Amino acid sequence: MQKYIVRRLLLAIPTILGAITLLWFAMQAAPGDPALMFVPPDFQGEEAEAYLAKVNEKYGFNDPLPLQYLRYMRNTLQFDFGTSLRTMRPVSEDLARRIPNTVRLGVAAFLLATAMGISLGVLAAIRRGTWVDSALMVFALVGVSMPNFWFAYVLILLFGLYIPILPPSGLGGPKHMILPTIVLGYTSAGYLTRYVRSSMLEVISQDFVRTARSKGVSERNVLIKHALRNGLLPVVNVLGINMAFILAGSVIVETVFAWPGVGLYLIDGVVGRDFPVIQGAGLLIGTSVVLVNLLTDVMLVYVDPRIRYE
Amino acid sequence: MTYAGRDQVYKQEIAQLEADELLHISGARRAWYEFRRNRFALVGSVFIIFIALMGILAPIVSTHDPYKQSLRKRMKPPTAEHFMGTDELGRDVYSRLVHGARVSLFVGIVGTTAGVICGTIIGLISGFFGGWVDTLVMRVIDIMYAFPGIVLAILIVSVLGPSLQNLILVLAIWAVPSLSRIVRGNVLSLVEQDYVLAARALGAGRVRIMFLHLLPNTLAPIIVYATLGVAGAILTTAGLGFLGLGVQPPQAEWGNMLSNGRQYLRKAPLLMVFPGALISMTVISINLIGDALRDALDPYIQS
Repeated sequence: MQKYIVRRLLLAIPTILGAITLLWFAMQAAPGDPALMFVPPDFQGEEAEAYLAKVNEKYGFNDPLPLQYLRYMRNTLQFDFGTSLRTMRPVSEDLARRIPNTVRLGVAAFLLATAMGISLGVLAAIRRGTWVDSALMVFALVGVSMPNFWFAYVLILLFGLYIPILPPSGLGGPKHMILPTIVLGYTSAGYLTRYVRSSMLEVISQDFVRTARSKGVSERNVLIKHALRNGLLPVVNVLGINMAFILAGSVIVETVFAWPGVGLYLIDGVVGRDFPVIQGAGLLIGTSVVLVNLLTDVMLVYVDPRIRYE
Repeated sequence: MTYAGRDQVYKQEIAQLEADELLHISGARRAWYEFRRNRFALVGSVFIIFIALMGILAPIVSTHDPYKQSLRKRMKPPTAEHFMGTDELGRDVYSRLVHGARVSLFVGIVGTTAGVICGTIIGLISGFFGGWVDTLVMRVIDIMYAFPGIVLAILIVSVLGPSLQNLILVLAIWAVPSLSRIVRGNVLSLVEQDYVLAARALGAGRVRIMFLHLLPNTLAPIIVYATLGVAGAILTTAGLGFLGLGVQPPQAEWGNMLSNGRQYLRKAPLLMVFPGALISMTVISINLIGDALRDALDPYIQS
């Protein structure tokens, strides 16, 4: 088992290095000269060219590509993502300031989605075939199918403008977190609800549940002690996927709610064609996803003793 | 016997007859039969056909020119003439939605189809050849998985720049990782089977085995995931359009209509309500079809 965990850890390293490399190649392939972004717009003719040469010199844009790649890799591994082309601030400092905001929102949404997904999924499985089941499945389907930004604006319209009880956007007290958390949580709870329901149904139809029932175990205990434990095991697997899904969703939700997190930073970078920012934010998201997946895989080893790891 | 009781008996008899009949039909026909009986799938299919017809017949069914501006009629509520109102430039919202259906469905279906074909081929090769090819392919797929959902799309658009062609390319790349993983998994379990061995013993080439023996037997999950993929692609298209990275204005697309509407949320909330509701209903319908296909094809999908 320990061997498996170590192997899994080692496998994550090339994935992260690959993601770093992929981002570098992508930015190299982008059309347009990034050095031009540095030149102040009021510089003209020779003055601009002289400045351009200085920029190329300073940032090493003239160096051979392999050298640039190695330098980029070395800097990235030391958490140095360069400076923003627009604000000239170091990207890593910007990111460090924004990470807590994204984590706060992400964890809140994850808890909401997990609580909703598991309870509603179990409820739907228990009440299988009744109107409760149908209603919950429709609820989950709508969550999966709605564009999250649209749902966000519907909520802003309802609770920010028509019944103004919640702040429509921005960072602030706990009240500011309610709407973005609901949007992120509900749209990712849909997948989980559907998954938990089918996982539970599979377990409920198995022999050991029938045995438990036939030997007179109360329905409550059958569900909690026998079905739930086994039904929720595969769910651990999806929790990582769900976290990645929330991270992806936070990019858009942060944009809608002007929530100063990593997602909004990425979008700002993309809109301003600010490549160091795109690289830095993209890498942070990519690495987090790899690490979260690693964590769920390792967790699964401890949670599910039936799985054998060779 | 009461009416309700008799009804129950009839229903059981009918179910038995249907079950007997199902024993004699098999394969695709059986799946089709199961699919047809699913009421949710019917609702979804009818709605999608309706939207598709709307898109195809856009020039005929729209009441106005979707690009004609009229500054005197900006952001008017629904009237007899403009029955979904007008937008911030006085354009007819209904006509723009109808033309937007063209873009959204077309882009979603073409992009996903291209991605599904590439993903299937990659998965077939990876699973069939195994060894270092498989390791390499799966590592690259792992890297792509590190950028979940719309993040991958945003990164690609930020490199290529926003345009209709690039959007289709993005959606194609977006569909590749999950498809190739699913196909690979299926192929891995299929290559062990006797019929593949038999084909090999008869001297069938690799390409023949891959496309004539393995591919048909892994079609069921491909169909299901392709359908669900179109739903995801439409959501991604809308998301990119909303961020200003998708289809560029003035071209009418549901996502960028929402993006324009958000500045007038207070004055004209309907500008956001109509396109958003239409996207949601379209995606719900496709998901309903996908779920029904999954249920119908269930015997052919290995978990």
